[in-house]
Amino acid sequence: MNDERIREKLSILADAAKYDVSCASSGSKRKNHNKGLGDASNGICHTYTEDGRCVSLLKILLTNHCIFDCAYCVSRKSNDIKRAAFTVQEVVDLTMNFYRRNYIEGLFLSSGIFKDADFTMERLVRIAKKLRTEHKFNGYIHLKSIPGASDELMREAGLYADRLSVNLELPTEAGLKLLAPDKNQKDMIKPMNFIKNEIILRKEEKTLFKKAPLFAPAGQSTQMVIGATPENDRQILYTANHFYNSFNLKRVYYSGYVPVSNDNRLPGLSTAVPMVRENRLYQADWLMRFYGFNVREIVDQNNPHLDLDIDPKLSWAIRNLQHFPIDINKADLQLIVRVPGIGVESAKKIVSGRKFGKLNWEHLKAMGIAVNRARYFIVCNSQDFERRELSGTKIKQFILAESQSKYLKQKPNQLSLF
Amino acid sequence: MITLIYDGTFEGLLTAVFEIYEHKLTEVSICPEHLLKPNFFDAKRSIVSDTVKANRVLKGLHQRLAAGGVQRLYAAHLSEIAGEEDNLLGFIRYAFSTNETIEQDFGNKYVMRLSYVLKLVRREKHRMEAFVRFQKMADGIFYASVEPDFNVLPLILNHFKKRYADQKWIIYDIKRAYGIYYDLQDAVFIQLNFASSKQDGKTIISSYSEDETLYQALWKDYFKHVNIPARKNTKLHLQHVPKRYWKHLTEKI
Ligand code: SF4
Repeated sequence: MNDERIREKLSILADAAKYDVSCASSGSKRKNHNKGLGDASNGICHTYTEDGRCVSLLKILLTNHCIFDCAYCVSRKSNDIKRAAFTVQEVVDLTMNFYRRNYIEGLFLSSGIFKDADFTMERLVRIAKKLRTEHKFNGYIHLKSIPGASDELMREAGLYADRLSVNLELPTEAGLKLLAPDKNQKDMIKPMNFIKNEIILRKEEKTLFKKAPLFAPAGQSTQMVIGATPENDRQILYTANHFYNSFNLKRVYYSGYVPVSNDNRLPGLSTAVPMVRENRLYQADWLMRFYGFNVREIVDQNNPHLDLDIDPKLSWAIRNLQHFPIDINKADLQLIVRVPGIGVESAKKIVSGRKFGKLNWEHLKAMGIAVNRARYFIVCNSQDFERRELSGTKIKQFILAESQSKYLKQKPNQLSLF
Repeated sequence: MITLIYDGTFEGLLTAVFEIYEHKLTEVSICPEHLLKPNFFDAKRSIVSDTVKANRVLKGLHQRLAAGGVQRLYAAHLSEIAGEEDNLLGFIRYAFSTNETIEQDFGNKYVMRLSYVLKLVRREKHRMEAFVRFQKMADGIFYASVEPDFNVLPLILNHFKKRYADQKWIIYDIKRAYGIYYDLQDAVFIQLNFASSKQDGKTIISSYSEDETLYQALWKDYFKHVNIPARKNTKLHLQHVPKRYWKHLTEKI
């Protein structure tokens, strides 16, 4: 192996893959059953990039050659950049050697399209197969499927990969037409449907025959680019919700558009990456998946955009003051998780803890609740509670004033969840 | 006030608890011998670790606590935070004081404290599972040095044993001067004698396997190229990868 050449390839093909934001490596249950290498049940972030994102997988393209010309993509045909391609063996060696050193949880492999969809997909599948069979590799493998690949290859991919993904790329069909004229949503929905049905089928087989092979045990996910086209948050979240429900997706990823082109269909090169918006979308996504919120409670006709100043849970609470205050010593868990400043974990602690005696502010603080936010929405075992009839706007002002200093010191690009 | 001095092991701690109940001590504190201050004027008594006594306490705990409860105490003890023994004692006393299972009583300060310390220890365990960086040596062994905040090696052993079943490896805690060695069959605790070899970095590099330097370079390249400069966020980066871990992270050296 020529050291310099492989280093150059890795630089080019990691560079080209980094805009795909998904990095999750959790949710699989593949064990090290053959005394081989690795297992895929943990989802560890091995390091973090300087922009604070989790690095869990070796995320690379097989090649950045591409016959398509999607405007938002660095690898688009018309872009004048250095091109490279790995061989199957090179990707296998990199994965094995990175994994052995505990750098990564596994491989996230995707590719530009050379020649045609099947030609490219076949190579991706061959890499996964080689890792699993010849090298007894039980780490995580995520394959991004190439739109238009045959069912046969998708089926094989699912036998070796933990997760398969088909990127929606843009939240609406119209956006896709504008920026990725070579693609259409049908080509994406077809494989999603195929994967969904195959997963269901294999699950049924699994209950009948214990030895039935795993099929994409970590499910499927998708990604949308945010801010390249003018969709509002309501359109984005409704699309996400639809795909969660119709295709049993494990995750939808929202990727703030990083300007890569001065194409006049796109925001200009000096446009900032919409990181706060992206973060708000993730928070909204969490509310739908873990907090029992319906998408219509988060965004609707009158509120088509998420509030950038405050998180969507606080925003919902302020619009729905009629539900508050709730009594922390009596309310149901489902209501407690809806209180701003209280996460799922602390809500559970409250419900277990109150069986032993009524909880007061001190208890709540000790449980890690952000009392300075929650206090406007709850009462507990204390005479001390918010007695003023505050309007939503006032509450927002108070909360913002208190967190102001924190916001200002840190560039507000990635805020924590609630 | 009497101070019980023990050897710092979990067994020793449980023996001390046994003595406290045996002699009905109320005003009592437990302290590991290496933290004992020389100018200590309170009454002292040395505890000799005793398996039989420790087991009696263990048995009682198993009865009072939910599954995994003893494991939680053990993990919290590995924090080795000065004075933590007294909090653990408080927890154990509370557990023995009633027939109810008390572990969910988050209004109680000892229960809350245990859950807090556990969070710290578990975070460190996860960090080690993430931050261990093996270097392949010429003899084929994968070696990693670590300096965890808490004594978490016993807690990560199984994770690494399961994961790296087909390679020999050593994870060495240089702060506490012991490590784990996995020889393809068993994982055992070991102590290395660095005194004979010069520990100046050079000796280590000269015993690298042939391709080690290339893979380290590739990993550094990779780390550099996945970064998106337009999204730079140093504060978040440091929060996830605090500086004190950098010297053992290939990509940060
Ligand atoms: S098909 Fe994929 S790699 Fe090719 S230009 Fe479109 S987004 Fe980029």
